[in-house]
Amino acid sequence: MAYFLQQLINGVTLGAIYGLIAIGYTMVYGIIGMINFAHGEIFMIGAFVALISFLVLGYWGVSYVPLALFLVLLSAMAFTAAYGWAIERVAYRPLRGSFRLAPLISAIGMSILLQNYVQLTQGARVKTLPPLVAGGFTLMRSGGFDVQISYLQIFIVLLTVALMAGFTLMIGRTPLGRAQRACEQDMTMAALLGIDVDRTISLTFVMGAALAAVAGMMFTLRYGVIDFFIGFVAGIKAFTAAVLGGIGSLPGAMLGGLLIGVIEAMWSAYFSVEYKDVSVFVILVLVLIFRPTGLLGQPDLEKV
Amino acid sequence: MAMEALPPRRFDMGAILRDAAIAAAVALALALPLIGVQTIEIDGAIGIRTRFDAVAIGVAAVFLGRLLLKLAWTGIAERLGRIGSRAGAQAAAVVGDHSAISVLLVLLFAVALPFLPFSSPYLVGVATFVLIYVMLGWGLNVVVGFAGLLDLGYVAFYAVGAYSFALLALWFGLSFWQALPLAGLFAAFFGFVLGFPVLRLRGDYLAIVTLGFGEIIHTILQNWVPVTNGPAGILNIPAPTLFGLVFQARARSGATTFHEFFHLPFHPAQRVIFAYYIILVLALLTNLFTLRLRKLPIGRAWEALREDEIACRALGINPTTVKLSAFAIGAMIGGLAGAFFAAKQNFISPESFTFAESAGILAIVVLGGMGNPLGVVPAAILLVSLTELRELAQYRMLFFGAAMVAIMVWRPRGLLAHRAPSLRLWRDRRERA
Repeated sequence: MAYFLQQLINGVTLGAIYGLIAIGYTMVYGIIGMINFAHGEIFMIGAFVALISFLVLGYWGVSYVPLALFLVLLSAMAFTAAYGWAIERVAYRPLRGSFRLAPLISAIGMSILLQNYVQLTQGARVKTLPPLVAGGFTLMRSGGFDVQISYLQIFIVLLTVALMAGFTLMIGRTPLGRAQRACEQDMTMAALLGIDVDRTISLTFVMGAALAAVAGMMFTLRYGVIDFFIGFVAGIKAFTAAVLGGIGSLPGAMLGGLLIGVIEAMWSAYFSVEYKDVSVFVILVLVLIFRPTGLLGQPDLEKV
Repeated sequence: MAMEALPPRRFDMGAILRDAAIAAAVALALALPLIGVQTIEIDGAIGIRTRFDAVAIGVAAVFLGRLLLKLAWTGIAERLGRIGSRAGAQAAAVVGDHSAISVLLVLLFAVALPFLPFSSPYLVGVATFVLIYVMLGWGLNVVVGFAGLLDLGYVAFYAVGAYSFALLALWFGLSFWQALPLAGLFAAFFGFVLGFPVLRLRGDYLAIVTLGFGEIIHTILQNWVPVTNGPAGILNIPAPTLFGLVFQARARSGATTFHEFFHLPFHPAQRVIFAYYIILVLALLTNLFTLRLRKLPIGRAWEALREDEIACRALGINPTTVKLSAFAIGAMIGGLAGAFFAAKQNFISPESFTFAESAGILAIVVLGGMGNPLGVVPAAILLVSLTELRELAQYRMLFFGAAMVAIMVWRPRGLLAHRAPSLRLWRDRRERA
């Protein structure tokens, strides 16, 4: 029981990270109906920017941890958002209205490009960051096994909840959110009614990238080891989360992320660590075959 | 989104400068964290090193480039694009014509390559790899180019072919020529089994599911040690033989060597050249096979499905069956190439079957122009020769990634465009988005 609870806590933490990445997939899919294959790479770039920001702050002598965390969060979000914007501008915007496979292939190309770019500029070896936020509580003790929750895990979950709340408000209440929902429904009509569609789509990419950067920072803090290849598997898992929750749905993305995180943690704990990635892919295939709309999504009709 | 009005002929220096400055600012934001600061290891601890000179050069280059582009090319770019597509169309007309002399010359060159004066075993070895990629490209072309299904896990079938060949040869003692077709069939069966549940999915879902399949196969190869021997790989895979003649200095008891049979002096290059001819024949058969298929009703159905799935369904074509046939045939070709790869290398390990490999094959098909069999050849030559050049090898996938984006943006039908449907009703009707 204690072991199960511990895995649940670990799974929820991991799930928060997947959920934040999944939001990027789901928003872009909602607005332009395309899978942004390069989004996993955006997450990876966010993790790298966070790592570099930590090191730069350490070099400048900023040693008060909450301040460092806040500054790193800002810098990771800002720089990664720039990547998100540039990718949309270069690789996707010119392809609106092109043939069906074109944006997909362009996205794959972008993903390969970014992976190799980071490999070349930062080196292929894994980067290790010593733990910054140490310590935690012991929740309960049973049969010689301590259930622990670290301050870092609390920080990750709280930050995710705060971001989700802010985000839901933004989509629901602000003019930008309204514009996004309008573009999602009918881009031409939205444009006719005076919404700057290009700008709305750009901002969607920027927001998705900023959230992925937060996820990247959390990943760097939690696992302490990153390399240029982390975006690939994390991207597929977050996409699975988005599909499981119902692609296009924001609460769905978060729910899917949590489920995938918990499933992965449980699978590693009770079955086999080697095949944990396989378990997620199998879920992806099963969901797509039997319930393509996911848990919270609406069915989308194919139009002629 | 909105239609762009005719560009104003007015020369607005301020706007051009502003545009270039914005581009430079974006470049600065992109380059500052990842190029400007490099993480390095100092005495086992992680540290940083700054490279602001590189950032400055990059930003200046972007600023000047954008400025020049806007200044000089506002009108010219349009014209260049038009000239480019005309040149591409002309090249396609030349290359697309199968009786064209150029094709024959290339073929003659390929056949004569091992005996040309400048040839060497190294060069023939490189050419062998080019042909493996050409064959894989042609196989993937059936799936991506003809049927319009984006398969990001093509390497899975390559791996299935290679491993099933190795295991058939080592466990059951089958010779190359016995195991080769079996490996192909096995890969086709695999494609069938994998494809059956997922081919009903929409294009982009299919892409990510196949990506997942590629990873699953890779994970299995690494972890199913009793069968695949894990990361260590499989050694001592038997090489191809010529009617039982082996290409070795001394044969095991019971076998005859090639050089003894023909009373030639032994030379290691004989084996390399023999492998080259096998893959040349396999690749040419693949090409012939796929070109013929394209003209059969099934090939027409692939193209029709690629262009408009709903119309096909209305006409009574079963999309799943048609897609499945493309998927299985592509898998079979990948499997045959994999079997040859295993026999040629005598050694396989999961290292050879990663996503990077799938990406490389896809890049070949995209660069060559999806659906255009001949474009695959120069693209494969480019990929392999960039790998062979030591200094450029690390930039290879960077270049291919950028090229895939650039081609989709400027010439979505490939460098030598020939993706036109065999029949069309209206000449320039836009394809369905």
